[in-house]
Parts: sequence; C-alpha cells; structure tokens
Amino acid sequence: MRVLIKNGRVVDPSTGTDKTLDLLIEKGKITQIKPNIRASGAKAINASGLVVAPGFIDMHVHLREPGQEDKETIATGARAAAKGGFTSIACMPNTNPINDNRGVTEYILSEAKKNAAVNIFPIASITKEEKGKELTDMADLMDAGAKAFSDDGMPVQNSQVMRRALEYSKILNTVIIDHCEDKNLSADGVMHEGYYSYFFGLAGIPASSEETIVSRDIILANKADAAIHIAHVSVKGAVDLVKEAKRKKVKVTAEVTPHHLFLTDSLIESYDTNLKMNPPLRSKEDVRALKQAVKDGTIDVFATDHAPHTVDEKDVEFDRAPFGINGLETAVSLLLDKLVDKNVISLHRFIEMISTNPALILRLENKGKICVGADADLTILNLNKIIRVDVNSFKSKSRNNPFQDWELKGAPEMTIVGGKTVYSSSSLKNT
Amino acid sequence: MAFKHKHLLGIQNLTSSEITTVLDTAESFFEVSTREVKKVPTLRGKTIINLFFEPSTRTRSSFELAAKRLSADIINFNLNASSAAKGESFKDTILNLEAMNPDAIIIRHSCSGATHYAATFSQSNIINAGDGFHEHPTQALLDAFTIREKKKSFKGLKVVIVGDILHSRVARSNIFLLRKMGARVILVGPPPLLPEELTQFGVEIDFNLDRAVEGADVIMMLRIQLERQAKNFFPSIREYRNLYSLTAQRFQRAKKNAIIMHPGPINRGVEISADMADCAKSVILKQVENGVAVRMAVLYLLLGGKEREGTD
Repeated sequence: MRVLIKNGRVVDPSTGTDKTLDLLIEKGKITQIKPNIRASGAKAINASGLVVAPGFIDMHVHLREPGQEDKETIATGARAAAKGGFTSIACMPNTNPINDNRGVTEYILSEAKKNAAVNIFPIASITKEEKGKELTDMADLMDAGAKAFSDDGMPVQNSQVMRRALEYSKILNTVIIDHCEDKNLSADGVMHEGYYSYFFGLAGIPASSEETIVSRDIILANKADAAIHIAHVSVKGAVDLVKEAKRKKVKVTAEVTPHHLFLTDSLIESYDTNLKMNPPLRSKEDVRALKQAVKDGTIDVFATDHAPHTVDEKDVEFDRAPFGINGLETAVSLLLDKLVDKNVISLHRFIEMISTNPALILRLENKGKICVGADADLTILNLNKIIRVDVNSFKSKSRNNPFQDWELKGAPEMTIVGGKTVYSSSSLKNT
Repeated sequence: MAFKHKHLLGIQNLTSSEITTVLDTAESFFEVSTREVKKVPTLRGKTIINLFFEPSTRTRSSFELAAKRLSADIINFNLNASSAAKGESFKDTILNLEAMNPDAIIIRHSCSGATHYAATFSQSNIINAGDGFHEHPTQALLDAFTIREKKKSFKGLKVVIVGDILHSRVARSNIFLLRKMGARVILVGPPPLLPEELTQFGVEIDFNLDRAVEGADVIMMLRIQLERQAKNFFPSIREYRNLYSLTAQRFQRAKKNAIIMHPGPINRGVEISADMADCAKSVILKQVENGVAVRMAVLYLLLGGKEREGTD
C-alpha cells in the first residue's frame, strides 16, 4: 500500500530538514521526500499546518506483561503509546518472570507481533532475576531480539557485577541502562530527602543515592570503554557528573522524564500517591538544573518511565503505594507546551531528544530519521491544539497520572508505524 | 473565637488565634475532671471512634476519657497496622466504620499523611492522634496548655527540644505550634537525627546539649528508640546517654524556674535521669492530666459547635 503525506512541515534533526514537503511511503518505507509528489492511487493524508516528525521513541516503558496484566498488557501499553505519539517503545525487564532469558524475550516479541500497534523493543535484564549477582546470557538475548540491558527497579548494587556487565557488553554493540540508586542510601525512603520530606514526615531518598551510582557507573564505563545510559536523571549532582563525563568523552548518555522536569517535591503536601515514583520528584533547584541540561545537551533523551499501577494499588497511604506513574499519553503534550511553546528549547531539539537520540542509543538503524529508505514511522503533531488531560480517556489500563486536568498546547494528531496509521485524532480527517 | 475546621489534621493548618481558642476552651473544661461527677452533657448523642493502628495507652485513654466526660459514646478499635495491611485496606476499614454513622474518627497510624488521606474520602470529622513522623497535634496542644499554665506567655520563651527530632511527630507539631506562638526553639540531638534543613522551620539547631540548655525556660525531652541505634543514627545508648541525657548537672544551666517536659513514655536513665523525671520542676504528669482537658476542647470545637461544615 502507498501512502502520501501532503504539505506537512517535515522536521528531521538527523538530516537537518525543516521544510514543507510531501512524503511517499511504499511497503512500510519512505521512498520519496520532495514537494508536490504525485502518486495516483496512494492514500493521501493532508498534513498542511502540521509537523511531520520521525516517529517518537520512548526507551523507558514498563509494559507489565508477562505477569501483571491487571496493570497493563503489551496491547494496551502499545495503544497508549500510539495515542501518545510514540511509534516505538522499549520495555523494561521487570516483568514476572523477569526478562532474563530468550524465552521471555521471544514471548514479548510474539505478543507484540500479534497485538501491538507500535514497535516493541525488549530490554533484557543485566543479571538473572535482577538479583544483581550473575550476568544473563547477553549475546543469546540480543540474538532473540533484546536491544539493551537494564536491571531497572532493582539496580545492580555490586560494583564488580556492573563492571563485568559493562566489559562484556562491548562485544555486543549494545548499551547498559542503569537506574542509578544506592539502595542502602535510599533505604525505606518514599520521597526526595530535604526540607519537604522533613516537613511532611516522610522518609527521604537523598540525592546522594543517585549521585554515588552515577559516579560509579561513569568511572566503570570509562575504564571499560563501554556505553552506559543513565535512566531518569533527577538531581543536579547527577547532571554535573554526566556533563563532566561527556567532556572527558566517556560513552555516557542520559534521559529525563517529563514529571521530573515539571513537578517538584513540595506538591507531596497532598500525600497524593500519583506523585510517588522512583527516583522521586526533586527540589526546585534540581528542576532548574534538569531544564538547563536539556538545553545544553547534557541530557540526550526524553523518556517517560511509564509505570502503570491499578487504581486500588495507588488508593492507599503514601508509604504503602507502589512507585511509578503512567506517562505515555501525557509526555508529548507536556514537553511541547512547557518546553517548545515556552521557547525553552526548539522543536528541532525536542524531536532530537524524543526520536533521533533514542534511535541512536538503542541502535535502531532505520528509525529516528526521515530519509529515503528509512522505516515509515512518523509522528504528526499539531503545535496549536489545546488539550486537557483526562486520565479516564487513557488507552492505558491504568490511571495513575498526576497531570489530570492540565491544559496543554500541542499534541500528536496522527501516529504512523511502518506506513500504517495506528492512531488518528478525531480532528485529522484523511482525504 | 471562630474555629471553622472540620478536621484536626495538624498544627500546620491552625492559626495562632485558633490555637489560643483551643487552649482557652480547654481551660474552661479543665474543672470538669476535678468534680465529683466528672461529666457534662455537651456531646450527648455523638458517636466517636478511636481507631488506633499503633499501640498507645496515654493518647487513646485520654481521648476516651475526654469523650466520656463530654457524654459522647466512644468505641475503641486497636488494629495491628501490619496485619491490617495484609487484609482490609485502610480506606475500606474507615468506610466500613463510617457505615455505622459515627460523628468523628480519631486516628493513629504509622504512615505520615494517613489522616490527610482519610479526610479526602471520609464524611466524619477526622482527628489526628499521630501520623507517622508527621504530626501529633493534640500532644502539641496539651504541651502548649502546660507551658502557658506555667509561663503565662510564649513570646520570647527559650524552648529546647532534645532527641530524635527526625522521627518525632511530637517534635514537628511542637515546632509548628511554638513558632506560631512566638517562642524561640532550639533543637538538640546527634547530627544524623537533626538534619540542617530543619533550620528552615525557623528554629535553631545545636548538637551540644550543655550549651543549648543554657538559660532555657522549657526543656522537652523526647523518647529515644533502640531501633534507631540499629540503623546507626547514633553508636550506642551508652554514648547517647553521655551526650544527650538530661541530668541534674545539665539542668543547673537552665533558668531557675525552668520546667522539664516529656511526651512519654519515658526511658528512665536514658534520655532523662530518674531524679529529673520525678523532680519538682518536672511537669510530665501534669501534661498527661492536661491532655484530657485539651482533648475535650478539641472534640467540643469540632463536634459541638453549630457550624459542622467548614474547611479543614
């Protein structure tokens, strides 16, 4: 099938494109990019007044399948991603069972093939059962389709194990992703340690629990000459460490979530469990440093850490609620409104951080770019559309999102995966 | 004399004039407990539930007596928080109790913010009897009642609070209250239990008890719990006692008419020497006595007024 996208503002950081152009898609690939393409018989999409970007990639998602299908399934998570403007998502291995062997990776990919609206890229665990002791069969997992390795949620505490994982990863053309947290320092903490944790009487997670492990990982990656990706950076001290490491040419990249950019610890006054995640919401000073790091290139990627939980699990005392919030369906509008529309960063930089860079870090060769021969994964944006967040309209199975009722400017209008429209807002009519 | 709160969740939500209203009201109720017939009909027909998810003798009995002396009907639920966590949720427990149409629910819970959470879905008046490390408002109010009784005014008083400030809801509520009323507050304890950020509450911190006690009007000792030692907040009870126990020698540095307070239960010979706990300057049992009057005042102000509707 052929699809012709007409008159969109095509913005692609990988090629430096920012121009009104037509795109022709044939057999799931982009085959022509130029003005006024004529393609008789092609399905035409009028993108006039809209931005056509390389498909967005969320490299930090929890899909909960297998094992916790009451929170999310591969199918519902993928539908949420499509609605949120993502064409590809990478799913963390902390399912039940843990994705630490070929069988689980193959299961995820086969379910994805049957049921998922978007591309699913499994991330396998670094260690067996995420116990932080024995390395998984990393080459076999990559052969089965894993794209990266992480013990997200149960981060590797033993530095020797992390060192070996980084060294071994070099033969695999992959990246180790670390949720940086010293579990002894964070202990039973439930929010950022500081004035507000003392005020609200909640146990704190100090900035040092993140900083010490970021520092360790940078030192180990540098020595091993391996690639390390720092998941959800949340504190200024970690930003400073990454910046310094990049200056020294260490192979380090970093991501930030929308919630760490737009919310602070003071909000926990309400004891609203939708404000509980790990790493926790940090201070105003940290938020300022994160925004600066997005601007100056220290942070490479926007990722959601989409962590669905059921309503009942979150409707409890703050201490007893699980960590994590739902993020796939609010991320793009939040970032467009708070960063692009407010001129904190350019549209170009936004697309670089949500498509180009994650494709490079995960080594997704034909994704994250608009050029002839690339996969026809596209996100079409309306920069002027005003939306109001309503968790009850989520495609995700879960509702645990703290942005309810926020009015935001800018939203995905259409999501195209391999030439196929997987999401279309009611306002965009095919012609 | 307006007190337009539906709940008593913390001192943080009260103004200084509302605090004064509670203390004045408590004064008028104090005499009831000294009568031959210790009962007034003020809250006849009201139903109150004491819902305690943590062990307590003092606070629970104090609320129970306060309710009974106001002629309210009160029942006690003592639930083990950990077994409750495995079975019925906190929310379901409250909704079930509420189906029996109580007027107020007094809650003690090990999780900070539990009473704030309850207030988001409960129809009853919620009274916080201690939530986690957060607040214990009636304790601070009875402490204030006792201080006012002895010192007449809060303005300029030097109040020294000693011990595990980090994990103390009593300390937090007292800090909020004493600062609102204009007292000077100095917190004392070992550094791991006394983070620097606490100075943002408008208090001073000092790691040296001898220095801090100098010229104090009020010395409030907090119970030190053994489990803190296991987590290395301090090396040993022996070392803690050497550095932070209130002894006669240390107390000499305070003002002549200084008073000694403790929310109980006390560890004799640990945070306070036995002779100090029992001396004439100690008002520890007076605090307990005043607790009943203060809790009568709180119940009356929340349940007895005409204006049932209000903000929290």
